[in-house]
Amino acid sequence: MPDVQALVNDFVFKLKRRKIEGSHASARQTAELLRSVVSSQRVPYTNQAAALIEAVKVVGEQLISANPVELAVGNIVRRVLHIIREEDLSSTAALMEGLNLSGASDDDNDKEEREDRPTLSAAAVAAAARSTLRAPSLHTLLEDIPESAVAPHPSSSGGESEGKSKSAEKSLKSRKLKHDVIEAINELIRDIDTCHEQISEQAVEHIHHNEVILTLGSSRTVMEFLCAAKEKKRSFRVFVAEGAPRYQGHALAKELVAKGIQTTVITDSAVFAMISRVNMVIVGAHAVMANGGVIAPVGLNMVALAAQRHAVPFVVIAGSHKLCPLYPHNPEALLNELKSPAELLDFGQFSDCMDFGTCGGLPLLHVVNPAFDYVPPKLVSLFITDTGGHNPSYMYRLIADYYSADDLVVQRRQVSGR
Amino acid sequence: MTQRKGGGGSRVSDAVSAEDMARVPLQAVLLADSFAQKFRPITLERPKVLLPLVNVPMINYALAWLESAGVEEVFVFCCAHAKQVIDYLEKSQWLSQPSFSVTTIESHDCISAGDALREIYDRSVIRGDFILMSGDTVSNMSLTQALQEHRDRRKKDVHAVMTMVIKQSAPNSLTHHTRLGEDELLMAIDPETKQLLYYEDKSDDSKGILTLDKSLLVDSTAIRMHNDKQDCYIDICSPEVLSLFKDNFDYQHLRRHFVKGLLVDDVMGYKIFTHEIQSTYAARVDNFRSYDTISKDIIQRWTYPFVPDIQFFGNCPIVKLERQGLYRAPEIIQSHSTRIHPFSLVGNATIIGDNSTILNSIIGHGCSIGHNVSIKGCFIWDNVTIEDDCKLDYAIVCDGAYIKAGAVLEAGVILSFKVIVGQQVIVPSYSKVSLLPQPTKQDSDEELEYADGSSGIMENQPIASMIGVGDEDHTFDISDAQFCGISEVGSSGAGHIWSSCEGGLEEEWKQSIAPIPVNKLMEFSLRLHADTELSNQADSIPQTSGEQHPDSESADSDEDDEVKDFEKEVEATFLRAVDEVPGVDKDNIILEVNSLRLSYNLSFAECAGALYHSMVQLALRRPHSNNSELLNNIDNVIRQWKGLLKHYLHSVDEEIEVILKFEEICQESAREFSSLFSLVLNKLYENDVITEDAILSWATEKEGADESDKIFVKQSEPFIQWLKEAEEEDSDEE
Repeated sequence: MPDVQALVNDFVFKLKRRKIEGSHASARQTAELLRSVVSSQRVPYTNQAAALIEAVKVVGEQLISANPVELAVGNIVRRVLHIIREEDLSSTAALMEGLNLSGASDDDNDKEEREDRPTLSAAAVAAAARSTLRAPSLHTLLEDIPESAVAPHPSSSGGESEGKSKSAEKSLKSRKLKHDVIEAINELIRDIDTCHEQISEQAVEHIHHNEVILTLGSSRTVMEFLCAAKEKKRSFRVFVAEGAPRYQGHALAKELVAKGIQTTVITDSAVFAMISRVNMVIVGAHAVMANGGVIAPVGLNMVALAAQRHAVPFVVIAGSHKLCPLYPHNPEALLNELKSPAELLDFGQFSDCMDFGTCGGLPLLHVVNPAFDYVPPKLVSLFITDTGGHNPSYMYRLIADYYSADDLVVQRRQVSGR
Repeated sequence: MTQRKGGGGSRVSDAVSAEDMARVPLQAVLLADSFAQKFRPITLERPKVLLPLVNVPMINYALAWLESAGVEEVFVFCCAHAKQVIDYLEKSQWLSQPSFSVTTIESHDCISAGDALREIYDRSVIRGDFILMSGDTVSNMSLTQALQEHRDRRKKDVHAVMTMVIKQSAPNSLTHHTRLGEDELLMAIDPETKQLLYYEDKSDDSKGILTLDKSLLVDSTAIRMHNDKQDCYIDICSPEVLSLFKDNFDYQHLRRHFVKGLLVDDVMGYKIFTHEIQSTYAARVDNFRSYDTISKDIIQRWTYPFVPDIQFFGNCPIVKLERQGLYRAPEIIQSHSTRIHPFSLVGNATIIGDNSTILNSIIGHGCSIGHNVSIKGCFIWDNVTIEDDCKLDYAIVCDGAYIKAGAVLEAGVILSFKVIVGQQVIVPSYSKVSLLPQPTKQDSDEELEYADGSSGIMENQPIASMIGVGDEDHTFDISDAQFCGISEVGSSGAGHIWSSCEGGLEEEWKQSIAPIPVNKLMEFSLRLHADTELSNQADSIPQTSGEQHPDSESADSDEDDEVKDFEKEVEATFLRAVDEVPGVDKDNIILEVNSLRLSYNLSFAECAGALYHSMVQLALRRPHSNNSELLNNIDNVIRQWKGLLKHYLHSVDEEIEVILKFEEICQESAREFSSLFSLVLNKLYENDVITEDAILSWATEKEGADESDKIFVKQSEPFIQWLKEAEEEDSDEE
């Protein structure tokens, strides 16, 4: 445990000092950290899931408060909590199923059942269990679930029958639960790792011949998306708005040219002038909120408005780790961060404007350098995530698949509890 | 290297540099003592590095920066109040960082940075290049490039022992003084190699001349002089620096002794280089003004990520940034009618009453502020109580201070720990109030100033006055203080007002947190511009010489001063002759004036001017009630002493000089004469002191002058006209 605590502290420090940049890196490292938290957590005899959830929540609260702007950290914490709940539910469901099928609880029979279980993927089981509790979502309806796994009747009596399970089964189950949770977190990490590829696979469906694409700033997802289309022999042109004040668009243009894509760099202020020639706007996001609104690099709201004015589709690409279950009006969601004014102005040249001795002690010059914009859902035409393209109004359903409603306010409950 | 695992993209370069010197971890020496007294009386009770800067003890900024810059081992050198610093560090999380070790070194007999570095050398803990900085520095610069440059230079030249970090500042020369309260800094840097060739931080304004050794040009092809650079007081040093300090035991101050020592006597051939940072921030809290300025820079986020709403060190207070740069801790109790203006910060658990206004101020934790309080540009630390109807302008109020109802703190006041200000008391501007009496002499245990003595030495008798003695009596004199000793804290107030330091009056407005008063600012900028104006008027005509600002510093003004001195001497001689020995021999005076003339190396014309000046003064001294009597006086004087004056009037030039001198006198010292100018001119003519040629050529010379200079020509217009006619008549007769 102490070494895990050290790991947690180390990570919290990095988050606090803003040493980890980008939601992808943050999400991945959070998942890895939580995996080690889960694996090192001693599970008690009873109520293992609750113990795991508690442990993850304690760590998760620290992580979220360390850098509240990086919503991906909170997303992953909630995903992991959800995974624990799902695994708990599915194993309970499976147990019930076993009980029902064998009629009387027989140890051998039960063990056989357990050995059979791993053949089903944890996610599928989770989805199955979920579908029994909740109204079927589009996602779960379309999922290919073996009918045998869906056992509607036992789960209804799951709650009361849990207490009857024998202790031997329980210890087995607890080890099993932890193992399953770790497996599921590994899968989550794999998902995060491969989200770029999965998104890029869809590129061909969206980018057509001789189209003109506009993007702003730099996003790795967007870059890979465009490159994937290029690899599929699509020929198209890209307008890159440079993305002041960090000018990451310059780096993006360089990479696109290296991949052989026809690229034009424009200033941010020229976006409106150029938008009429554009067929589609493709941008990355910092986070996607539950209402379908987007927290995106500064300047994108302006691009979205321009796109709407000229009826150009505005497509946002985001990995599923960027889906945030919070609404933008939630008080615990910190939506923006003001960066150093040094990115805009050279301090030396302007130091006489910040001379408090002479101008009555009042700072007359104020430089605001926000990192993000909020793009409202009505300006977004399409979201492309690793699970496919979605409408903004569909986001809340997608989020319901990934998160459990109990975890949304993980942070606030902890704070008020203190 | 566990600490580098999986950093973001921007950290890759740091990781590389860390690997580069895997053999020797990057070390830093943090001097947790400024070895100065500028923060007295506060530093009598708490070390400077633990004073809160935007509610965070200063040392945290330095440590957080070192940590983020990839330094792995820090030696915190504690001297004054060492115990407090060590206790603080032990309580903080700094000592338990996995990849960042902080070691404290305690010493009590160090009185300067030089001593501290010698002590560190003796402990032989520094194994490679190290960062040398003081604990009151705030920065967010990246060290990677500077370190790389330093190492590359070291490979080429083992004598490159130090890289000094500098920052561009606005080229306005005023800014240097008014922004950080520092003196102007002059540097000469080789633009190609970035070698530092000359460093002068206490530039001597009285000389106005800069002397550079011409041998500098032998080594470097070009030299660029800078007065627009700011020294960040962050140095990358090689281990040789420590041994240099050891060898030269008289090195005390880092800049004044060490840097200048290396630059001036290059016996050992050691070189210092500079690294200029562009967009990142670095500055040092040197005095109260820079404390104010840097606090505001932090509020304005120039030091990102070391800003209040990011918890950049362990157990950091939680603060949220709201619109317009207003920072608020979560648990503030605030009345609806309270107005908190932008660029303020309010700490946790602070209570603010009705109709109070807070403008540009930083307020600590657990403060209690009453109703109708006005706080403007103040720094209020923790647990301060301010009762109703108080008014605070540009003050620093330390922990636990208590300001009773209706008290007023004027601009630049500093209230040290636990001071109590009584009801309705007005604390005058720039006063420093402490519970401790002002020390009469320096005690070596405390921080010492090794400056040339401008602000450090306090020879004045301490005026231990009680503030808040009576509710009606607002005066602060000694009798009151004796009447009301410190034991009577309970009655109304408690604290001693410190008298200002020797020579500190001039510094006070410059280094206080209050904005500079307009008149001071004008005066100051005038003085700064005097140089340039004077050099523009290199061949200024004599009239203007008198109008020059008395404080102006240039070669011209030196000469001017000499003339003034000479005039005084001549006048003294002349008056002695007149007063002491009536009917004194004029030859004696001539002898004396001649010897004066030779010693001051001046011309006859100036002697004549000076003598005439003395005569006018004499006339002015004699009793007179109206202009006609004055005219009579001067007539008498001229009659009596014209022989003396005549002695110096060899040509028309000298006579013109006398007229010009008279003009100057009328304009400046003796305005009584201005109405009599033409009449006196007439007397001079009548007594054959001045010929008509001189007067006429003076008039023609003046024709091209400004309107303001022509007053006297116009006044004597009829006289000149008469002279001209007389001349024509003469020529007609011939």
